Amino acid sequence: MAVVLVLVDHLDGKVRKTTAELLTIARRIGEPSSVFLGANVQAAADILGKYGSQKIYHCDSAELTDYLVVPQAELLAQLVAETSAVAVLIPSTPEGKEVAARLAVKTGYGLVTDAVDVQSVDGRIVTTQSVFAGSYTVKSTPSKGNAVITVKPNSAPPQQQPAQPELTPVDFTASDLARTARITASSPKEKSGRPELTEAAIVVSGGRGTGGDFTKVEDFADSLRAAVGASRAAVDAGWYPHTSQVGQTGKQVSPQLYVACGISGAIQHRAGMQTSKTIIAVNKDQEAPIFELVDFGVVGDLFAVLPQATDAVKSSKG
Amino acid sequence: MNIVVCVKYVPDAQADRTFSDSDKTTDRSNVAGLLSELDEYAVEEALKIKEAHDGEVTVLTIGPAEAADATKKALQMGADKAVHVKDDAIHGSDAGATSLLLARAIAKLDPQPDLVLTGMASTDGTMGVVPTMLAERLGLPAVTYASELTVTEGAVSVRRDGDLASQTIEASLPALVSVTDQINEPRYPSFKGIMAAKKKPVDTWSLSDIGVDAGEVGLGSSWTTVESFAARPPRQQGTIVADEGDGGQKLAAFLAEHKFV
Ligand SMILES: Cc1cc2nc3c(=O)[nH]c(=O)nc-3n(C[C@H](O)[C@H](O)[C@H](O)COP(=O)(O)OP(=O)(O)OC[C@H]3O[C@@H](n4cnc5c(N)ncnc54)[C@H](O)[C@@H]3O)c2cc1C
Repeated sequence: MAVVLVLVDHLDGKVRKTTAELLTIARRIGEPSSVFLGANVQAAADILGKYGSQKIYHCDSAELTDYLVVPQAELLAQLVAETSAVAVLIPSTPEGKEVAARLAVKTGYGLVTDAVDVQSVDGRIVTTQSVFAGSYTVKSTPSKGNAVITVKPNSAPPQQQPAQPELTPVDFTASDLARTARITASSPKEKSGRPELTEAAIVVSGGRGTGGDFTKVEDFADSLRAAVGASRAAVDAGWYPHTSQVGQTGKQVSPQLYVACGISGAIQHRAGMQTSKTIIAVNKDQEAPIFELVDFGVVGDLFAVLPQATDAVKSSKG
Repeated sequence: MNIVVCVKYVPDAQADRTFSDSDKTTDRSNVAGLLSELDEYAVEEALKIKEAHDGEVTVLTIGPAEAADATKKALQMGADKAVHVKDDAIHGSDAGATSLLLARAIAKLDPQPDLVLTGMASTDGTMGVVPTMLAERLGLPAVTYASELTVTEGAVSVRRDGDLASQTIEASLPALVSVTDQINEPRYPSFKGIMAAKKKPVDTWSLSDIGVDAGEVGLGSSWTTVESFAARPPRQQGTIVADEGDGGQKLAAFLAEHKFV
């Protein structure tokens, strides 16, 4: 059966949920093998096996972490050549997309980014993407049969299919090119304790209408165990970190529920949240374009509406 | 310091964008086009580097005749010259083919650039992969999503804000850097700039000028084939209530009814 390589997303061996999703998708188009880069592969092996990984290629060379993405792409290209993989699945993160872009040029495979679905149709790989600010759905297929695909979080419910993966160490030496860019400093972000924006089931976002006071937005988000997002206006004003920005130049989110508070709904913001299953807005201005999208909207001051909603949610939980 | 900025002409995001039924590519016929807003940040950054380090800023675009408008705006902002690669065979080129065209055009530049700048993504396709594919083809380091860029002797230093950390990345020149909309505030063309742009050189190159075979680009050579496209069904407008002192409660009731709490 055709090999499908899955690049494992993990932190020190702790595998992220998106990887289980990718392995589930990989099984539709072939036989998944995981590619694990970094330390603690043993810690990851169980979970990778649980989701059907037949093999785990692993490599813990310092070159993979010191030098941005080029070594990762080189190592994957090496594995594609060895395994004749039909597809390589990579998480749709900024870094993942970069690895995918280099790998596609190296292998000549078709490149699809931000897939929200991948299926096998009559033996072809068919991917689904959401384009033009979420207003169109496009299905494509790799012209030559093979593809490098970056997949968005929540694109498939993870399903288990236990296997006993064989651990295969990979020998790897980075090229000279790989050494031309390196990370020289890194300062970790503060953790909010809230769910991750792109993976959260519920996202509550604040915009210019917060006037810089996000406490009501945060309280409401916490009552729903939601992630907190922001519009670009709020980010540009310095009220919230850029990594929380939702929209064309921020994160693309597609949660079960999106709540926009004090956000007008500019096209660039909509580009990042339009595919949410249910949308709610709280806005003082009944003409705000965000109301065109909503399943439920409250025309009102967020400083009055959100605290009341927070209390009601809390008391309903008892 | 010679800088080339790759810019794209895109359909206006404010308009209704769609696909052409015949070949399933982006329909550009009914929508006004413009310089992709995200590329303005790259042009601005190039101009700032030029102001600090001297050198020349060349803007490069690939696209139909109208795409010259994208380079015009960049020239008005202050770029020194433009190159427009134009050929009927280019229509329908995907990210892979686009990066090939850009790479071959850059290879023809004389002198060779020390720095290739791009926006983080185009505002139409929004894949954000052309910069990296281009760097791969040119054999250059790529630093993408730069929110701060400093040029030093033979190298660039870039700040990049990720989810887990804010990183500083150093790359030796020549290099490719793609910039985010956090990096600067693009200038508006001044009257003087608009007048000066009229006299700036614009080279138009065909495929044969840059040594690309028509069979390597365009719809026919794309690595992926669009099988179908469908407009997202319009959202049914939901219930909108005015807050009369009970807006929060109504909101909570909606959440309960739909099992979010
Ligand atoms: C190239 C480019 C990329 C961009 N990328 C993004 C992006 O990724 N994400 C993004 O969000 N934007 C992006 N933008 C910016 C976008 O065009 C808008 O400017 C931005 O989304 C506006 O943010 P806002 O809705 O918070 O502010 P505004 O448009 O100012 O809206 C504020 C809203 O709050 C309401 N309000 C005010 N006070 C209250 C109150 N007390 N209670 C309730 N409501 C209140 C107002 O009625 C108004 O509707 C981009 C723009 C460009 C040009």
